Formats: sequence, C-alpha cells, structure tokens
Amino acid sequence: MQMEWIWGLLGGGLIGSAGALYLLINGRVMGASGIVGGLVDGSATGVQRRERLAFAAGLFLVPAVLALLFGNGETHASANLMVMAAGGLLVGVGTRIANGCTSGHGVCGISRLSLRGIVATVFYIGAGGITVVLFRHLLGVI
Amino acid sequence: MRGLFAFLAGGTFGAGLLLSGMTDTRKVQGWLDIFGDWDPTLAFVMGGAILPMAVAWQFTRRRRPVLGGQFPPAPEPRLGRSLVTGSVMFGMGWGLTGLCPGPSIASASFGGISGLVFLLAMGTGMILAPMAKARLDALPAAA
Repeated sequence: MQMEWIWGLLGGGLIGSAGALYLLINGRVMGASGIVGGLVDGSATGVQRRERLAFAAGLFLVPAVLALLFGNGETHASANLMVMAAGGLLVGVGTRIANGCTSGHGVCGISRLSLRGIVATVFYIGAGGITVVLFRHLLGVI
Repeated sequence: MRGLFAFLAGGTFGAGLLLSGMTDTRKVQGWLDIFGDWDPTLAFVMGGAILPMAVAWQFTRRRRPVLGGQFPPAPEPRLGRSLVTGSVMFGMGWGLTGLCPGPSIASASFGGISGLVFLLAMGTGMILAPMAKARLDALPAAA
C-alpha cells in the first residue's frame, strides 16, 4: 500500500511517454475517446483509420499479455450490469460531446495548458466525485 | 510505419494504465471518493503523465512530426456548452463505474462480463452522441 504511489508515478510516466511518442512521431493527440469514437462511428477513414486500429490493438493486446504473465489483471468492476450499461452510455455520449476524456483533455490538454482541457477536467472530476459520494454513501448502489 | 508507432504508443499507454493500477476501478473510485478511504494514486498517475507530455509539446515548436504531416493546431479557445455538458456526463459515468475509455479497452481481456457490457454501452453512446449534440446545440443560448 505504501509503495502504490510509486507505481502510479511510473505508470503515469509510461502513459505520458506514449502520448509523447504518438505526438512527436505520428503527429497525433493521444485521446482514447477520439481514437475509439472515430473507429466506432466510422468517421475515421483511410490512413487515419489504420493508425487508430493499430493504436487500439496495442492498447488491448499489451495489457492482455502483461496481465496474463504477471496476473495483476483485476478490474473489481461492479457486477451490477445496469450500472455498467448506464455508466458506459454516459461515458460514450459525454466524451464524444465534450470531444475528449481523461487522456485527451486531461493528460494531453492540461500539459499544453489548454483552457478547454482544464475546464473539462474540472467538470468531469467534479461530476465523478459527486456521483461516487451520492451513489456510494447515500444510495449504496456502488 | 505509422501503424507500427501507433501500435507502440497504444501498447505503452496500456502498459502504463495496468502498471499504475488505473485498470482497477477501486483505485479510480477510491480517488474520487473524498469521504471514503481516499486513494491518492490517480493524482500521481496524472502528474507522472503530464510531465513527459509537457516536454513533448515544447518539442513541437517550429518542427514537424517525424513521420510527416502537421502537428495538431493550437487548442480551440472557445469553451461552449457541449464541453461542459459532455464532461459532466462523462464524469457521472466515470464515477458510477470507475472506467474511462482508455482503461476500458486496456482491461477488456480480463474485465469479464461487466467490462464487456461497459464497452458495448460506450460504443452505443459514441454512435448516439451526434444526435445528443444536435439537440444540445438547438437549445436556446443562456442569457
């Protein structure tokens, strides 16, 4: 428990390095919701579609193999499928309307002092905090 | 080449999410839950990720991406209703489940049925989003 912040810092460093690589080599902003959204709704075509498919493949496959090798793959997600469906829907609609999520607005936006990134992050963290407090402590759903 | 480096970036991103514990919904919800047994990890992950990224943005000045093309344009200064509304919706879903788009894909192989239901719903939401945005844009502007 004492050491977990170090793993957080190291893992965060990897996440930021991934974003730096994608920016400096491919010239793209590493935003997970944009990358996935463009694949799901078909708005990404040609080279961009292939690039995004490759990114998504890496994002899926590398943790899959690492979790298999080291056995730390556990999400502890809620078994309440209504909660998971409602949450997924909100995340899908919300990130596409706001044009970004934790990686795009959070990591890539804040690091270039983008006002939109900072404002989005304040609102999704605020809404997330209120939601957890409400549904966990007052309603006892999660 | 673009595909190879995109795969490497996606893989490094996924490895970072797994290593930092961001594929564990308890750590994410534990950070959001300021009235519970507060878990500070997410703040370290964010800080650790923003540092190399801030350095990378400095390197984009007067240069071009290694594989050609242009760097992303300067961020749009306008905030707008959809940014705020969308972020609030995203935050609610994130708080409810402890998952956001990156970790939901990174954990797809071991997230079980809960993870798959989340992914399916998120994909559906992404397809429905343009409709929701059109409705939002049609609302009269706030005074």
